[in-house]
Amino acid sequence: MSMTTTTKTLLEVKNLKQYFPIKGGLFGRTVNHVKAVDDISFHVQEGETVSIVGESGCGKSTTGRAILRLDNPYAGEVIFDGENLLGLSKAEMRKKRQDLQIIFQDPYASLNPRQTVSQIIEEALQIQNIVPPKERRKKIADLLQTVGIGTHQMDRHPHEFSGGQRQRIGIARALSVNPKLIICDEAVSALDVSIQAQVLNLLKDLQRKFQLTYLFISHDLGVVRHISDRIIVMYLGKIVEIADKKSLFENPQHPYTIALLSAIPSTNLEKKRERIILKGDVPSPIDPPQGCRFHTRCPFAFDRCRAEQPGLYKVDGEGHQSACHLVENGQIDFSKVPSNH
Amino acid sequence: MNMFVFILRRLFQTIPVMIGVTLAVFLMMHLIPGDAAKIMAGENANPDQIEQMRENLGLNDPLHIQYLRFVTNAVQGDLGNSIRTSRPVTEEIFSSRFAITVQLALIGTAAAVLLGLVAGIISATRKYSAADVGIMLVALLGLSLPNFWLGIMLIYLFSVNLGWLPVAGWGTWEHMILPAITLGTGGAAIIARMTRSSMLEVLNQDFIRTAYAKGVSDKVVIYKHALRNALIPVVTVVGLQFGGLLGGAVITETVFAINGLGRLIIDSIRAHDFPMVQGTILVCAVLFVLVNFLVDITYRLINKRIDLN
Repeated sequence: MSMTTTTKTLLEVKNLKQYFPIKGGLFGRTVNHVKAVDDISFHVQEGETVSIVGESGCGKSTTGRAILRLDNPYAGEVIFDGENLLGLSKAEMRKKRQDLQIIFQDPYASLNPRQTVSQIIEEALQIQNIVPPKERRKKIADLLQTVGIGTHQMDRHPHEFSGGQRQRIGIARALSVNPKLIICDEAVSALDVSIQAQVLNLLKDLQRKFQLTYLFISHDLGVVRHISDRIIVMYLGKIVEIADKKSLFENPQHPYTIALLSAIPSTNLEKKRERIILKGDVPSPIDPPQGCRFHTRCPFAFDRCRAEQPGLYKVDGEGHQSACHLVENGQIDFSKVPSNH
Repeated sequence: MNMFVFILRRLFQTIPVMIGVTLAVFLMMHLIPGDAAKIMAGENANPDQIEQMRENLGLNDPLHIQYLRFVTNAVQGDLGNSIRTSRPVTEEIFSSRFAITVQLALIGTAAAVLLGLVAGIISATRKYSAADVGIMLVALLGLSLPNFWLGIMLIYLFSVNLGWLPVAGWGTWEHMILPAITLGTGGAAIIARMTRSSMLEVLNQDFIRTAYAKGVSDKVVIYKHALRNALIPVVTVVGLQFGGLLGGAVITETVFAINGLGRLIIDSIRAHDFPMVQGTILVCAVLFVLVNFLVDITYRLINKRIDLN
């Protein structure tokens, strides 16, 4: 059904950095920084679903929070609908939150246990002044119905619902202010697999119904494959590959992506893939490796990788980009590159 | 479960506690060294008089009969007569001393809660700032200073040197200030530290981020979303503190020469006034149980997830 309408860039992230200070010493001076997100740039088109994938600690959730200024970024620009969010005052940003919403990972922690479901949603409606006070209850009932929660349950507290139901409440809450962009921060990873599918399908339906744009943050490639148009792979605070879903899954152009994909259990017995097991741990984001951040674990690393940090190289004309020196001159077949491991 | 059922069930649960309390107080009389009848009969009593006293007190009956009689009388408000003054124990306790001690404990608790909450919130919202470090240092000091020393120092500074407040006694609001501070300091320190850590924990939760994501202002996030959730463990501490204050009152009342329950216990112990000691301890214990009962109900009111069982 995808009619290619005029593609407008809704969100553009430019050189975003999120460094968290490490305090130490007798007087609590800043002795170092955790470089959780280190100079990343990407954009999201209106109506599309872009996913950010990576291991825990790669900076994907931090990126989501930085975009929403839930933690103020260290440096960079977040341009939403033509306006730099980082330039807004606190009050302007509060108003702007109507357009950008977030769904959190843990549905048990993301709803205030002391508020009823209707209070949780009503607060958002009230602050952003979405509907007049008299119509709020009707609106709340409509929202709950949209996500499949019975209206008779609207005055219950979060603890009276199951995980899947709570996540639906979180979705209803995010939807309540008619946002343009919803950041789904591991929105289904805390749920049972069967419930995951339900919630993912709900998200897809809602996207169609309300013309939503999603930035989907996940570590689960299966989930990402189901929902995304384009995928961003992150490693240790950096983007290592950006591609549309098909290119990324069928023709990955970064050793880290290849390793990630090889870890997905395959149901296809004919097509046996070679598993690439990464050696060692993810290095510390406090003092990341020189050169390419992945070189300490990369089976294809050579001298240049240890010295020079790769930029995002264009792999093809379709926007497939990879931060690997090997693809500097266009895409290659990694199965033919000799491995060091 | 609705509130009424909750209260009934919680009330029901205090029964075994009360039995334990009365049993402990009753047995104390029998376990402490010395013959109660001998002491009550006086130093110059002959064996016949002591035997007569023993008979009068019912000390020759089996223990369980004595216990039942003690409980039956206690429930009817009869805790025996004081040896020292010969007046009924209940009269001694409830004429004015009980009210004074409860007043003192309430003011002390109020001081502790007020100071502790404000300090804790400031500390938590300005984590690692100079204000936070300063407040936590003062709190540590408040925890470490012994009551009696603090009381004496306060008297020395504000009453003796500056002459602003009375040295001792009870009656006007001026009399209440120093004892309240003395009694409340330790509690304030604990509450401040508790509030800080509880607030920090809550402030780091996703539902706080949810609130910010809705566009809720900082103030509302802190007071409506964070504080109301952070208060739950603090309420427990406040309840326990109140009980602790009853004990602290013994020292504070002695330092400030206030005629409350605390001083009554001390004086009665010195005078071997068994019925008086017994009665006062019983009243304090019941008060403590009652406070805990109220704390649990408050707890339930602010945290709807608490269920008995």
